[in-house]
Amino acid sequence: MGYPHASHQRETAVLSQYFGDTEARTLDGWKKRGGYQALEKALAMAPADIVNVVKESGLRGRGGAGFPTGMKWSFMKPGDGKPHYLCCNADESEPGTFKDREIMRWTPHALVEGCAIGAYAIGAETAYIYIRGEFTEPLLWMERAVQEAYAAGILGPNAMGTGKRIDVHVHKGAGAYICGEETALMNSLEGRRGNPRIKPPFPAVSGVFGSPTTINNVETLVAVCPILMKGAEWYKSMCLSNPKSTGTKLFSVCGNVRNPGTFEVVMGFPFKDFLYDLCGGPATGRKFKAVIPGGASVPIQTMEEADATLMDYEGFVAQGSMLGSGGVIVIDDAQSMVRVIARLARFFAHESCAQCTQCREGTAWTTKILERIRDGQGTMEDLDTLMSIAYNMTGTTICVLSDSCATPVISGIKKFGHEFEALIHGKRIHSVMAAVA
Amino acid sequence: MSAKSMGGLESPDMTAHDGSGHETAYTPVFFGETRKELDTLLSRYPTKMAALLPALWIVQRVHGWVSEDGMAEVAELLELTPAYVKGVVTFYTMYHQHPVPKYFIQVCTTAPCGICGADEVVKAFLQQTRTGELGVPSPDNKYAVIEVECLGACGFATPIMINEEFVESVTPDKVSTILARLP
Repeated sequence: MGYPHASHQRETAVLSQYFGDTEARTLDGWKKRGGYQALEKALAMAPADIVNVVKESGLRGRGGAGFPTGMKWSFMKPGDGKPHYLCCNADESEPGTFKDREIMRWTPHALVEGCAIGAYAIGAETAYIYIRGEFTEPLLWMERAVQEAYAAGILGPNAMGTGKRIDVHVHKGAGAYICGEETALMNSLEGRRGNPRIKPPFPAVSGVFGSPTTINNVETLVAVCPILMKGAEWYKSMCLSNPKSTGTKLFSVCGNVRNPGTFEVVMGFPFKDFLYDLCGGPATGRKFKAVIPGGASVPIQTMEEADATLMDYEGFVAQGSMLGSGGVIVIDDAQSMVRVIARLARFFAHESCAQCTQCREGTAWTTKILERIRDGQGTMEDLDTLMSIAYNMTGTTICVLSDSCATPVISGIKKFGHEFEALIHGKRIHSVMAAVA
Repeated sequence: MSAKSMGGLESPDMTAHDGSGHETAYTPVFFGETRKELDTLLSRYPTKMAALLPALWIVQRVHGWVSEDGMAEVAELLELTPAYVKGVVTFYTMYHQHPVPKYFIQVCTTAPCGICGADEVVKAFLQQTRTGELGVPSPDNKYAVIEVECLGACGFATPIMINEEFVESVTPDKVSTILARLP
């Protein structure tokens, strides 16, 4: 990628090729770079053939769950007499993740094109791009790109002169992490509070406005364009480890690292090289202590685990975590893990939609206890209580926000328990001294 | 969890500070060009209700916040009840339910920014805007500073928002320059 630093020679820039290139933002600039050829090609194909190419490529959802995209699209049955909808999830709010923001601010037309192809492939005439309200700059570029595409006849009732109708609309969120959960996103789009819905019915059966709906992440839709242009075999060939994880992936890196930013590598790239070579390693005099590799909701890795990881869906699971959204949070030895986890818990407590008791109460209790330990007021029983709350918060609620809050707590206490205990015992020693005095 | 215990993450309640003691009459928003803008929005969705979030954004753009009168106006146009609209407004953190100072400054302090020194940025803003406390307006009613949850720009720690403007890579030493360029 080109922003905020030069592309590293070990990156494979497919989606990030034009990051930092301001001309790529305009319709003319995008067309000069081969833009909208994939859409033109797609509109000449049968929708089922597009779905097959995407299936064959092995592309999996880039938002976090890693569900095969082609299969998701194939759930949308043609000719059911109902309007179909595509929702693009651009509510990127997972702490540590900022890759979709880069896509939208540098290559907005890539997303318009990806949405148009996706909509056509699932038999939808309308696609909504749900962008979080805080993304004022990406919103601006996306709105401009959509306007340009309408003015040029790429979108509208006669998309690219094919007689097919494709509408793409930008929808601005209003500040709620939970709206990145797909059913909450649909509720929010409908003008409701962003509470997640119980599944089933799944969105492909009854989604937004009660119609069959597919929700795809920004990066997933953008990846479809090069897949259509260069073929499924080309995409599948980009794989360094497990054949179930293909293509390139954008990783956004933040925290205590020398070169934060977005990096694009082939699936299966060694995480150790990624952290020390591409990201430049830790600051002078510091050492890495832990990594949260896929956004705040995935288990924390020790450096032993991180160093042994191959960066794909299976590789992160094999080393005690998950690929998630690809938001890599690097933590160095100057940080207190208790402080980091307490702050993450506070995030989830603030963002809980409060529908389910386990989540509403659990996130708040977890935060209170963690902050108590952080401030030197904790007891050893607190650790048991935290674990008990965390287990009761896992798999018991409508959506996984509750599980996401429990994850750093469980993995944190298991892998960095000594830091919790040191703070708790520090307090004990302190109070004994006070009693003696 | 209350807004207070979360570090004042919601719009500050300004009603106690404006000193006027009376409410001014509400000016409706959706006339002329703005009404046309709403009609364009309505054409994008199969239901009127779906235009609710965009309509509330328009109210906030015009008035600077979303009052109960604003909610009532939107409710009538979209064939909803004011109570329903209020339920939606209160769910989302970006709609101001009270007037806010001229510059509403939100500093991201979620964990990734937190480990890169976001707390020091908050301190610098509180000090230099003379607000002193999160969510409390400055004596000249020009600024309010709050902590905000993840702004989604973690590689550019610390990102802040001043009203609708996004500023990346803020460090405590840049705060005076940022404040100096605000008119």
